[in-house]
Amino acid sequence: MTAWRTDGGSAVDRSRPLSFTFDGRTVEGFAGDTLASALLAGGVRVLGRSFKYHRPRGLWGAGVEEPNALVDIAGGMPNTRATLALAADGMAVRSVNAEPSAQKDRHAFLDAFSRFIPAAFYYKTFMFPDWHLFEPRIRQMAGLGTVDTAADGPAFAEQVNHHCDVLVVGAGPSGLLAARTAARAGKRVVLCDDGRQVGGSLLFREATIEGRPGAEWAREVAAELEQTGALVLTGTTAFGIYDHHLVGLSQKVEGDASDRLWRVRAASIVLATGAIERPLPFGHNDLPGVMSTEAALVYLRRFGVVVGRRIVVATNNGLAYETALALAAAGAEVTVVDYRADAPSPAGLQVLKGVTVAAALGRGTVTGARLSDGTVMEADAILASGGFTPTVHLFCQAQGKLDWRDDILAFVPGSPVDGVEVVGAAAGRFALPAVLADDTAQEFGIVAAWPKPGARERVWIDLQNDVTAKDVELAVRENFVSVEHLKRYTTLGMATDQGKTSNVNGLALMAELTGRRIPAVGTTTYRPPFTPVPFATFAGARSGTRMNPLRRLPLEREHRAEGAVFRAYGGWLRPAFYGPGVPDERIQAEAEAAREGVALFDGSPLGKIEVIGPDAAQFLDFIYYNTMSTLAPGRCRYGFILTEAGVVYDDGVLVRLDENRFVVSCSSSHVSGVHGLLEEWRQDRFDRRRVFIHNATAEMATLTVTGPRARDLMATLDLDLPLDDVALPHMAVVCGLLDGVAVRIARVSFTGDRSYEISVPADSAAAVWARLRQAGKAFGATLLGLEALMILRAEKGYIVVGKDTDGTSRPMDFGLTAPLERKKVEFIGRRSLATEDAARPDRRQFVGLEAVDGLGPLPMGAHGVEREAGKTRSTGYVTSSYFSPALQRPIALGLIERGLARMGDIVELQHLREIRRARIVPSCAFDESGSRLHV
Amino acid sequence: MQLFPCPFCGPRSESEFHFGGDAGNHRPEGFRAVTDGAWAAYLYERNNLRGAASEIWMHMACGEVFRMERDTVNHRVAEALALGQGGGDDGMAH
Repeated sequence: MTAWRTDGGSAVDRSRPLSFTFDGRTVEGFAGDTLASALLAGGVRVLGRSFKYHRPRGLWGAGVEEPNALVDIAGGMPNTRATLALAADGMAVRSVNAEPSAQKDRHAFLDAFSRFIPAAFYYKTFMFPDWHLFEPRIRQMAGLGTVDTAADGPAFAEQVNHHCDVLVVGAGPSGLLAARTAARAGKRVVLCDDGRQVGGSLLFREATIEGRPGAEWAREVAAELEQTGALVLTGTTAFGIYDHHLVGLSQKVEGDASDRLWRVRAASIVLATGAIERPLPFGHNDLPGVMSTEAALVYLRRFGVVVGRRIVVATNNGLAYETALALAAAGAEVTVVDYRADAPSPAGLQVLKGVTVAAALGRGTVTGARLSDGTVMEADAILASGGFTPTVHLFCQAQGKLDWRDDILAFVPGSPVDGVEVVGAAAGRFALPAVLADDTAQEFGIVAAWPKPGARERVWIDLQNDVTAKDVELAVRENFVSVEHLKRYTTLGMATDQGKTSNVNGLALMAELTGRRIPAVGTTTYRPPFTPVPFATFAGARSGTRMNPLRRLPLEREHRAEGAVFRAYGGWLRPAFYGPGVPDERIQAEAEAAREGVALFDGSPLGKIEVIGPDAAQFLDFIYYNTMSTLAPGRCRYGFILTEAGVVYDDGVLVRLDENRFVVSCSSSHVSGVHGLLEEWRQDRFDRRRVFIHNATAEMATLTVTGPRARDLMATLDLDLPLDDVALPHMAVVCGLLDGVAVRIARVSFTGDRSYEISVPADSAAAVWARLRQAGKAFGATLLGLEALMILRAEKGYIVVGKDTDGTSRPMDFGLTAPLERKKVEFIGRRSLATEDAARPDRRQFVGLEAVDGLGPLPMGAHGVEREAGKTRSTGYVTSSYFSPALQRPIALGLIERGLARMGDIVELQHLREIRRARIVPSCAFDESGSRLHV
Repeated sequence: MQLFPCPFCGPRSESEFHFGGDAGNHRPEGFRAVTDGAWAAYLYERNNLRGAASEIWMHMACGEVFRMERDTVNHRVAEALALGQGGGDDGMAH
């Protein structure tokens, strides 16, 4: 127990104590503490176990760059950074990757076998006899935190779309200055910072700006910004820059909800994202007690915690001195080990110059340090400062390129990117005077202290993925020398911290090993998100039933009242059948009843796309495979719409209302596709002032009356139009009034029986449906669901595009050859029908299949097979298969090679291991003459 | 998420648009007079240019089909032209 509390700490409220548990042990803290600061103050050194070797690990940093202190919070997010999570009373916190606790982990023995599990061991070991024998166990041991599957999960995340003139990322001194300048110039400003308060480094470094103490100045600037109408977002991380200056922000919200997502479209962006301190390489530099120097200053000034009593501050640069002096003033015994021979000698501070730390000493915790000159010092904490790496991620995501600066040993933004400016430490200006004076000369003074090859002890490069200097050397020996290969081969930089504290050390070592300069090795590609963003934040409200919202019928309530069981069909929620009862029995009963009396069916999703104008007929002749301009007003014609490749895209009935008005009645699942197709050709090939398209599908409900007694039912309705077969023959349409409501009645059939499709405005649907139900009572009318309808149409051999057709089906495969031979005008796909492929005699053709083995309905998708010389070949497959109540036997439809020429042949069908036998028959199995349409 | 300028609606998110192929991919007329090669080129060959590209897009929200000049590498949009106003080659029926 070496860390201890002082009186200070600007973030902490000592009047409000709290306590939580960590691995079952009680830890005390105060309101304002993070889990990390409370654990540190409470003397809990070991916070977790490392990824591969299960070595004890402690706190390194104080912010997003934290590689070690990941914890699982019960009922909360797994893999939470303890440095960012606020401590709350009663929290139950667990370490990750450790069982039963971080302190005593049963897998700690793995470290003894580390030489067998270096980087990329899985390409060489655990391969024989079969990698898959070892994979489950290794996968189980990989990973860090655990998802709490018993938890409900976060509530919906809010998502906000926002526009502004200037987005400033980072509310440290340079960000605040930039935001204030922009706001004073009248721009609409958004300023965001991932900390809970604005100020950045001003919250823990001494500074005087415009005569005010830094933190106070920061608060005043933020207040001024808000007064001018700028948006100041704290607890908000800008995680990615996307095309055209769209920036993604993730904002912490109170309570259970996942982070709020902001999509900000900014005219210009200022990146004031700061810089992250680098570790120093030395032996056992992963020991608990080795920490970032700047982090120690944060814990002292923000949380009132001193990291140790005898502290070694190892540094290769001048920025560590503020920390050393502050810790000494707080009462710790501090020795600075300055790698620079010309280091300063501030009063009251012991400084060893021109020496380096060779290794940290101790078992499970730091107890000392061995220096390069052989000296051994006692210490309970080693603070390391190996330089600073500007946080350039967003700049690089915006395609910015980096330059290497030898004077500050850092990658800084190079040539500017349009509309993106980088300021402050992110641009390599690490000291505050340089920021305020916008001046590149500074008191930074750094010497190189990169990892060296051939170190005797293990030197850590990437703490989170357990990658050592030896692993980098291994990668070079195996010729993985490009920086992208180094990353994937060793996994350096691939953990949840994405190499924030490891990338530069790793590529510097690679540079030395391969005789290149650091900029020649370069950096890996920067990709969003900068820090992990929960999926729930990206999903927003689009989860559950809102993930892929189904379209709802105008009469859904009425169907539910009748006991309908709903399923999704082509993006709509529709009645599959009407219960209660065993589904198959209900469906068969509905189909049987529909053929005996009369049935009512809701066909509202049926496409109703109006094509209007003087050129409408000519337009439709181009769209359809069939000739449509010869269709008389008041009549309907069935046709195909092809793709330009000649493949059947949709089928349906075209209704001609008058000379210049048609309704394209396309499949319910293809409506938007057909609408898009019509618009594209209308605008690209025709005169858009003479053809107009209007998609009326959702505006109208379509209710169908079908069956041998359909005419009788219709006769009882109060219609102001004649319904005799002269006025309204099959495939004709009339318009009129039903109970005063405008209706359009078409005699079109999908069941094979006489049918009337009644289209009404959707808000009148309920009244019309009620009328039909009432009229139907006298006839014992049945309600028909989709499943029964599918059986009825299959009995007639009516196709469903996408089920009985596939991506190669052409109109001749369905026996429709007349338009190709006789139609004189151009239409979509015409030239494709005159190709060799379209003329092949062995094309798969649409036929009926009758099972002859008495084993029930054929399996859908079963393939016709031909066996020759030991090889099995598919000759097509079953596309639809049902038990037919009308015929009291199984029926099926399929696409079979040369089917139309092989009527009567017996074919063998295979489905998984099942072999079936069926006869090829005409696709229409019931009422071949079609007389029932006119009954 | 890119911003595309619909000639009718103005700048909108790319997710509202549908790609309609290369501009200038004229439909060969003449039915059987068109060779297999010419028809296949029309159906299947794409320019796939690196850099400045001329493309047909549809804004699904309003149905406007238009030509957009954009750079496939840096994603800059140069301009968007309605088919009737110089976007199509003549914009009228063939």
